[in-house]
Amino acid sequence: MSVAVTIEAIDKRFLAFQALRNVSLDIQPGELVALLGPSGSGKTTLLRLIAGLEQADAGRVLFGDDDTRDLSLRDRRIGFVFQHYALFKTMTVAENIAFGLRSRPRAERPDGAEITRRVKALLELVQLPDLERRYPSQLSGGQRQRVALARALAIEPQVLLLDEPFGALDAKIRKDLRAWLRDLHSRTGHTTVFVTHDQEEALELADRVAILHEGKLEQVGTPDDVYDHPATPFVCEFLGEANRLPVKIVGSQAFLGDRPVLGGLTQNQSGPAALYVRPHHLKFVDETPLSIPGVVEQLRRTGALRRAEIAVAGLTKRLDLDLTSQVAPAIGERVRVKITHATAFATA
Amino acid sequence: MAASAASSSWRQPSVLPGLGLSLGITLTALSLVVLIPLAALFIKAASAGPAEIWAIATSPRTLAALRLSFLGALFAASINAVFGLILAWVLVRYEFPGRRLVDAAVDLPFALPTAVAGIALAAIYAPNGWVGSLLAPYGIKIAYTPLGVMVALIFIGLPFVVRMVQPVLEESQGDIEEAAALLGASRLRTIFTVVLPPVMPALLTGFVLAFARAVGEYGSVIFIAGNVPMVSEIAPLLIVIKLEQFDYAGAAVIATMMLLISFALILLVNLIQARTRRKLGDV
Repeated sequence: MSVAVTIEAIDKRFLAFQALRNVSLDIQPGELVALLGPSGSGKTTLLRLIAGLEQADAGRVLFGDDDTRDLSLRDRRIGFVFQHYALFKTMTVAENIAFGLRSRPRAERPDGAEITRRVKALLELVQLPDLERRYPSQLSGGQRQRVALARALAIEPQVLLLDEPFGALDAKIRKDLRAWLRDLHSRTGHTTVFVTHDQEEALELADRVAILHEGKLEQVGTPDDVYDHPATPFVCEFLGEANRLPVKIVGSQAFLGDRPVLGGLTQNQSGPAALYVRPHHLKFVDETPLSIPGVVEQLRRTGALRRAEIAVAGLTKRLDLDLTSQVAPAIGERVRVKITHATAFATA
Repeated sequence: MAASAASSSWRQPSVLPGLGLSLGITLTALSLVVLIPLAALFIKAASAGPAEIWAIATSPRTLAALRLSFLGALFAASINAVFGLILAWVLVRYEFPGRRLVDAAVDLPFALPTAVAGIALAAIYAPNGWVGSLLAPYGIKIAYTPLGVMVALIFIGLPFVVRMVQPVLEESQGDIEEAAALLGASRLRTIFTVVLPPVMPALLTGFVLAFARAVGEYGSVIFIAGNVPMVSEIAPLLIVIKLEQFDYAGAAVIATMMLLISFALILLVNLIQARTRRKLGDV
């Protein structure tokens, strides 16, 4: 039932705005892929192109071996979930879910009893039993989005597309729905593409994450891949907080000023570079080689962790460091920090 | 809470004070402007005596005028509902040169003195007018026939439907249409099951307003209707004729009949309206 989706060299322009530039992406059958990027990066445009709601200026989208340009919207068999639900408000929940089945040509349409049975099964799948007779206006946001998903699943889609599905919901419900969607996907196994601007959501949910920036695909990979080995500075900064250190690479060592701060670099890229270090890849050490001296200027709490801001001579921005132990330094204390992991990008 | 609710259940505590005062002012104004004149109308009509009331009410000329007024208004409002909806759709959904001009022109029947509209319509639809002369060879006469009455009533009622429906269409997002298309619905099915139902309450309101306006319309109709008794004479004109003959009771009887029929029809539509609103939950 699930098909592979192949996106080949897509270009899309809206008047003067180049929304997508030469985007190619292979999605395996049953895979859950996140399209991640800031507003205006082209992620929603790409999703709508896959759905057939937009036409590409160049390139094509394949479902399995079928060129989607030859398929009508109905024949593409796409389950699409909109950010603002797009439920039909004059219809009950059951009528909304049954809409796709009732829209089929008479020969393929299941009979009334079968439709009722399937609606019931879908409502159970999305954990909203007994809400058949409600109207969308009588449901909460999270319930509406689950009804929208049930409606999309009702047509037995080849591909499931979700456009910022949790964007309009509050933080707690987002988290619950995230886990629930992951679970649902592992049970139903639809090829699924969802759009989000929330990197945490993308990393937690997806099998693979595709990061878009200004219409270009910056990197595609598993969450571990893109997080630990970002291909570009943009990916690195977008996926999470990072300290940026202007360094000079000589051989396998990075120098901050004339002090070596990181060794064992394998890429051969001597010259000026930007070193990106995540807050949890910095730790306090006693006097050792490759450590950076500084002064603790500020202590903050960020959710579960506590964070120290450390002023370092020669850097305009303080370094952010996540404290791993309960023992915190005092403000004003002189400390030394060591980089445990970093990514270097050459700068011109 | 329970005690205060028991003492006066309709008086809810509110951040905005002065319900009693504003209710008093409103009711006084409503009485002076609407209720008392209407009551006077009933009293005047009653002064005629039962036999005379019956005679006036069932006279063929009265019945013909009432039939023309109400059926004409219903017909005109129906036409307006269809074309007003299409016009509103076009204005909301399509960008075309002159769209703002057309949008502004929709309100003209509101602004134009009705007599001007009537004279203009009569001139155009008369057998020697621009449009009338085109239709005359086919034996179709518009001006000075009941058809002319319809044209005038359609003209003055159009803005109501357009202006009621337009904001609702603007608010409805394109995504429900896309959702329907992706779920496999044909275009017709999308329009009739997805796009139109949310518009129905507004369309019905526009229909009622256009109908009410058409029933009471006088100025524009009398110029184009020809006013032939039993054929193209509308009820409001009959009332004026009775007044000119100092038959005040007769005029009041016809007016009362119009009032009662209008009230019953509008009440009916409002009941339908209330049902659809409940179903939609919001609005």
